[in-house]
Amino acid sequence: MMILSGDPPRSRVLTLVLVVIILALAATPFLFPGAKALNVAAKICVFAALVASYDLLLGYTGSVSFAHTMFYGIGSYAIAIALYGMGPNWAAVATGIVVGLPLAALLALAIGLFSLRVAAIFFAMITLAVASAFQVLASQLSWLTGGEDGRSFQLPELLRPGTVLISKNLFGFEINGRILTFYLVFAVSALMILALLRVVNSPFGRVLQAIRENRFRAEALGFRTVFHLTYANCLAALVAAGAGILNALWLRYAGPDTSLSFSIMLDILLMVVIGGMGTIYGAIIGATIFILAQNYLQSLMGVASNAANEAGLPLLPGLLHPDRWLLWLGLLFIASVYFFPTGVVGRLRQAGGDKSAGSSH
Amino acid sequence: MSDIAATDPLPKPKRDIAPILLPFALALLMIPLIGSTSSWLTLTAASLAMGMMIFIMASGLTLVFGLMDVLNFGHGAFIAVGAYVATLVLAPLAASIQADSLWMNLAVLAPAALLSMAVSGALGLIVERVLILPVYGQHLKQILMTTGGLIVAEQTLYALWGPQIIPMPLPTSLRGSFILGDVAIAKYRVLAMLIGLAVFIAIQLVLNRTKLGLLIRAGVENREMVEALGYRIRRLFLGVFMTGSALAGLGGVMWALYREQVHASMSDDLTVLIFIVVIIGGLGSIGGCFIGAILVAMVANYGGFLVPKLALVSNILLMVAILMWRPRGLYAVTSR
Repeated sequence: MMILSGDPPRSRVLTLVLVVIILALAATPFLFPGAKALNVAAKICVFAALVASYDLLLGYTGSVSFAHTMFYGIGSYAIAIALYGMGPNWAAVATGIVVGLPLAALLALAIGLFSLRVAAIFFAMITLAVASAFQVLASQLSWLTGGEDGRSFQLPELLRPGTVLISKNLFGFEINGRILTFYLVFAVSALMILALLRVVNSPFGRVLQAIRENRFRAEALGFRTVFHLTYANCLAALVAAGAGILNALWLRYAGPDTSLSFSIMLDILLMVVIGGMGTIYGAIIGATIFILAQNYLQSLMGVASNAANEAGLPLLPGLLHPDRWLLWLGLLFIASVYFFPTGVVGRLRQAGGDKSAGSSH
Repeated sequence: MSDIAATDPLPKPKRDIAPILLPFALALLMIPLIGSTSSWLTLTAASLAMGMMIFIMASGLTLVFGLMDVLNFGHGAFIAVGAYVATLVLAPLAASIQADSLWMNLAVLAPAALLSMAVSGALGLIVERVLILPVYGQHLKQILMTTGGLIVAEQTLYALWGPQIIPMPLPTSLRGSFILGDVAIAKYRVLAMLIGLAVFIAIQLVLNRTKLGLLIRAGVENREMVEALGYRIRRLFLGVFMTGSALAGLGGVMWALYREQVHASMSDDLTVLIFIVVIIGGLGSIGGCFIGAILVAMVANYGGFLVPKLALVSNILLMVAILMWRPRGLYAVTSR
């Protein structure tokens, strides 16, 4: 219980699902051979951490930020630019981390102090504006960021796919640098999620929830709400930048489409709401459902679309086209905000008869 | 103590003119910086035209927020829908668009714009009933619901029209510029200015000269009191929401003609711009929204001319500057 900060999943089904997800992720290199499965697993790890950090903002403080991909992008770009400029060595990785994380935190501090000061309702709008300006900036400063093409780079020797650590004849599986990178991503994501779990179950996390429920009352109790909100904003930005670093390390690339675009922001929003706001565990569930759907549902939709096309149905082929999968997720999103505001996790906890399930919003 | 006789006129509310002077001051300040009077005039005309279009799109959003405390993140969808619907009329009647006759061109443009407004307005009705009514009074859910609505609307547009950019050529008679001496002002910009001004005046007249406007203004200031007086503010709100959606559709058509292309992603870019305008103006204030739109357009045009690199972040800088001066926007009409 210590490792979960005294906040277990509180539902037998949920525990089972989480255990299955985590074991499947951990064993992916051995269970599901092939590059695609490993890519999907790594993406789930990165996004679980990213979405969990967003949950700290959305679920625990109740403030909607549209700048989360900006911090994610800062992390990605910091590591990419460092490795691109300094060559594939560990000093470059360290530089990327040392520059990227504080930069994200400072920017979060500035946005927080500025927009949380004026009025809470402005926060969502201002973050949206700042994030879009940052996105334009990143694609315009092409001497630094590589513009629309982004930056591809090489990893240090140890993490390259060519590096064989344990040869195949020993266990029957080859452990190479790629698999090591995967476990790095897995371990750091897990650590960040556990750290977030610790944060939300600390007295600080309780204050955040108090602010979410009634900011005025929290203020009346003597808590400096702007301080707490800004602090939460900075913490979330730090974890998001961390997830960005992992993402860039895994992809060996950072570009506007993989780390900054507004559609990633919407993806995060979908994941956190579908998984369950204000639970942290929801992030893992949401990221898993979403990314599996993104990678495997699309091919299913392609089949359905072709079938509808052959049957000569109007409209349906267009609506079922694999590129339109966001349409269906959008509908699912609206339905889940409306019918299951507590998401999958909240539902499972309710089904389990847990009275304190799905802290109300 | 002086007694106030019943016949005395009511004390006039203090007029706050500092924000009104702001665009003029900015424009005058730019004359020496830009140097040439003719380019200054062209840029100013461009800013005014762009500002009017942004105002048309943003006016609905600010009223909806002011009246009902509803933050519609899907407002951009109405803009895109309006633009797409206009192509339904304009594409089959391309011949009339190509004709070099102002009346013939307008005879096609007007029904296209009206149809766009009708469809966006109807969509507004659906959005209000389906997405906003169930989560009324809950900001977080409103933002999530309307963002979800934006995704669905955008994807539906892609599904119906395809993901490619649709060209939307300007009518022949609106191409080119009026030349006054060495100043060139694009004809379409003049039309945009006229329409924008007409919309602004119409909104002001309705708000300040009719009973409906009185109720809306009262509702913005104190919703419960209007309800207590027996008016069904929900119905009023629905009307305002539909009008705002229809205006967004009109703005979408105008913007598409201005850019001469239609694409569903236009809603994303414009949403950001509109939010900045609404924040600068003060949520709920039509006058503030008007000034804010012109300021944003001026900063974009002058900034793009003087320091193109800065143009990317100029809107943010403008917003920061205004909020430092007045933390709740130029005109703070709501108590929220």
